[in-house]
Amino acid sequence: MSTEAVIEQKLLAAFSPVFLDVLNESHKHNVPPGSESHFKVIIVSPDFEGERLIKRHRAVNAVLATELAEKIHALALHTYTEKEWSDYYEENTPLSPKCLGGGKRSATPKA
Amino acid sequence: MEQDTIERIKEQIAQNSILLYMKGSPKLPSCGFSSQASQALMSCGEKFAFVDILQNPDIRAELPKYAEWPTFPQLWVEGELVGGCDIIMEMYQKGELQELIKEAASKAASEE
Repeated sequence: MSTEAVIEQKLLAAFSPVFLDVLNESHKHNVPPGSESHFKVIIVSPDFEGERLIKRHRAVNAVLATELAEKIHALALHTYTEKEWSDYYEENTPLSPKCLGGGKRSATPKA
Repeated sequence: MEQDTIERIKEQIAQNSILLYMKGSPKLPSCGFSSQASQALMSCGEKFAFVDILQNPDIRAELPKYAEWPTFPQLWVEGELVGGCDIIMEMYQKGELQELIKEAASKAASEE
């Protein structure tokens, strides 16, 4: 199974999200074609109600601990309650930043 | 060796009330996430410390375990992990980051 599918399955099982989007953004980064290294997750769940962002992110990181340790290099996380989602973020989902080359940056940065 | 690194991390966190662990430097970030985070932090208008983890592979290896946080950047304020890039950006957009940083900076100044 692809890492993308594993992430999706694990998050569906753990948070019963009302909205879940798992995006493989690896192609935007300094990795070989077909990589599964950089992901973005947008997840909306009642479980996040009353929890600070750090706690929500820690909960997601915990569910994906194996993948984070072995496969995922970068995980952009956007965790919302239903109200935050419908009030604002549904129309304003944040974009991930451009890659700057990471540890493999060349002598002349692109940006 | 590992223990030395953890001690160094603890010292850095204790001695710098606003501290960003990042890839590269705020002037020359090596990663888009580190770049966004340091820009948001800079625009809060207070001085902050940073550690380039690409220059410190021992810290890069040990901090995620110590912090129980798998990725970089990591923003630490007053000895506590605030979060990574996405949390920093969301707090910044709501004005919460500016508040937190201003408060930490003025506390640090009054303790000097």
